[in-house]
This record gives sequence, structure tokens and C-alpha cells, in this order.
Amino acid sequence: MTPLALHGQETWDWLTTSPLFGITLTLAGYALGRWLHHRTGSPVFQPVLVAIVVIVAVLKLGDVSYADYLTGGSYVGFWLGPATVALALPLHHEWHLVRRAAVPILTGVVVGTVVSICSAILVTDLAGGNRELQLTMAPKAATTPVSLALSSQIGGIPALTAVLTILAGITGAILGPWVLDRIGVRDPRARGIAMGSVTHGIGTARALAESRTEGAFSALCMGLAAVATSVLVPIVVLWI
Amino acid sequence: MLKGLLALLGCQLVGELAVRLTGIEFPGPVVGMLLFFGVLQLRRPAESSGLVAAPTLLLRHLHLLFVPAGVGVVVYLHRIAEDALPLAAGLWVSWLLGFVATALVADRLLRIFRERP
Repeated sequence: MTPLALHGQETWDWLTTSPLFGITLTLAGYALGRWLHHRTGSPVFQPVLVAIVVIVAVLKLGDVSYADYLTGGSYVGFWLGPATVALALPLHHEWHLVRRAAVPILTGVVVGTVVSICSAILVTDLAGGNRELQLTMAPKAATTPVSLALSSQIGGIPALTAVLTILAGITGAILGPWVLDRIGVRDPRARGIAMGSVTHGIGTARALAESRTEGAFSALCMGLAAVATSVLVPIVVLWI
Repeated sequence: MLKGLLALLGCQLVGELAVRLTGIEFPGPVVGMLLFFGVLQLRRPAESSGLVAAPTLLLRHLHLLFVPAGVGVVVYLHRIAEDALPLAAGLWVSWLLGFVATALVADRLLRIFRERP
């Protein structure tokens, strides 16, 4: 027997519980997604979606748990916090436009939040989802830490809400600009308000790629939608 | 760059501590974003400053940072398959309604206020 075969299982166990595994896999999945996106030019190949699909497949095939993956994955996920802080930069650059659009911004955020919460509960109900599922869906338009906290507060499944939140963001990143073109919304400020209010950080990253103005409005509305959702979700669930 | 990273981490730290000390259910990083916005407005850093370079780097790869949380879907594959219809309908129909409503309202109001860039 070769030493390689002898230590195969040990090495695999070391690898899958080492931070090196999760970090490398995350970056590799994302790099593959960016390459595919670049190569095909198709918005369906959103790097974040490709990365998630590839990593989930690797974890399933290798029988690696999500907790083991997070040993390394959480090093990458950690930077989401500082990156959220970094969204102040486009806001700072575009502040002269933002400050003059206070009424459209605030109205857009409130309308978007109310429609998102109410329709999430009603549509899930109509499609046969039970109350727990409706409550899990309700806060999905807000940024992940907010939707997660709200979900546990009102009796949803917090971790499933986090996943739905990210899926809503990916949907917005893929379909958002296309939908905006279809309904004739071309003003980058209005586009940013819609992206930030309903598709949080993932939509904001896409908005930033379109233009700095759109990104700035999106970043601000993501923050405002977090406030609006925190206030409105507990009220709405009492009524519907 | 170092100064910029420290500024980002510092703002997040103050934001996280503030929401915990006050007991308000709100994400610390969003409070940190408002603080960092204040820093930028006061300091007005040059484009070459670390205060600009560090956030620019993080924002360029913002999508990468969502990947680990998104992989959490692996834990719920079974539940998602079980409740596929209500989850898919609730997610996508509600996303579309909220998105279109926000875009149309904001677009009309921006037109009424007549301050196009």
C-alpha cells in the first residue's frame, strides 16, 4: 500500500475542516462564475449564482457539511460587514443628487417595502404555504442581517429567510435591469431606488456596475429599506 | 489602504457596539455606513487616498462576499423541494410586484420634482 492511500481519509478530513478549503472553494467558484459571465455575456450566469451552485455541488459530492465549509467560508463572509460600510463611498460621491431627491427616495422605499411584505405573505398563502412559511417570506426584501432577525422575531425560520433574501437579491441582479428597461424606467436614480429597496446588497452591487449614480441611490435605499422593514413587518403580520 | 481598512472596520465596530448597547434590532454595518459617510463628508479624501481605495476594492467584489451565506441553501434543499410552489411563487411574484411598484413610484415622483441629472 502506498503512503498516499494510507493517509487519504486523514488528508480529506484535514482538508474539509481547514479554512483553506472553504476560502479556496469560495474564491474558485466565484472566479468560475465571473469567467462564465464574461465568456457568455449572459445575465443568467451571475457569478454569485454560479458560485453557490458549484459549491453546493462540491459539498454534496464530497459529503462535506455546511458547518465545515463555513470554517473557511466565514472568513470571506466576514467582509460583507466592512463592504456594507464601504457603500458610503458612492453615496458620498453622489450626495448632491441624493439630497435633492428626498421625497421620491422616501416614498419609493415605503411603497416598495409595504408591497413586498404584503405580497410575500399573500402570495405564499395563495400558493398553499402555511403561516410559518408566510412569516419566513415576509421580511425577504431587507438586507440579510435584518431579515434574519425579523424572521426569528415574528416566528419564521430565520436561516431559510436568509437564503430567500439572497435568492431575492440574485433575482434582482439577474432580472432587475431587464424589468426596468421593459417598464420604461431609465432614470438611474429611479433604477437605484428600486434595486436598493427590494434587492438589498446583491442588487446594489449590480446597480453599481451600471452606474455610480444608480449604485449610490441603491446603497442608500438598501439602508432605508432595512429601517422601513424593521418597523413595518411586525405591524403588517398583525393585520394579514 | 491600511488607513481605509481601519476606517471601515472602525466604523463597523462602533456601529455594532451602538446597536448592542442601545438594544435596537438593526444591522450594525448599516449604522457603520452612516458613520463612514460622515467621515467622508468631513474629510473629503482625494481619489488616491486609502479612504477611497479600500472601499473601492471591497465594492468591486461585493458579490463574492454573499456567496458563503448563499451556500446555506444546502441545508434547506429538502425543505425547499417540499414547499417548492409556495416558496417560488412567494419569492418571485412578490419580488416583481415590490420592484415594479417602487420603480414606477420613484420614476413618476422624480419627474414631478423635475430635477433630472
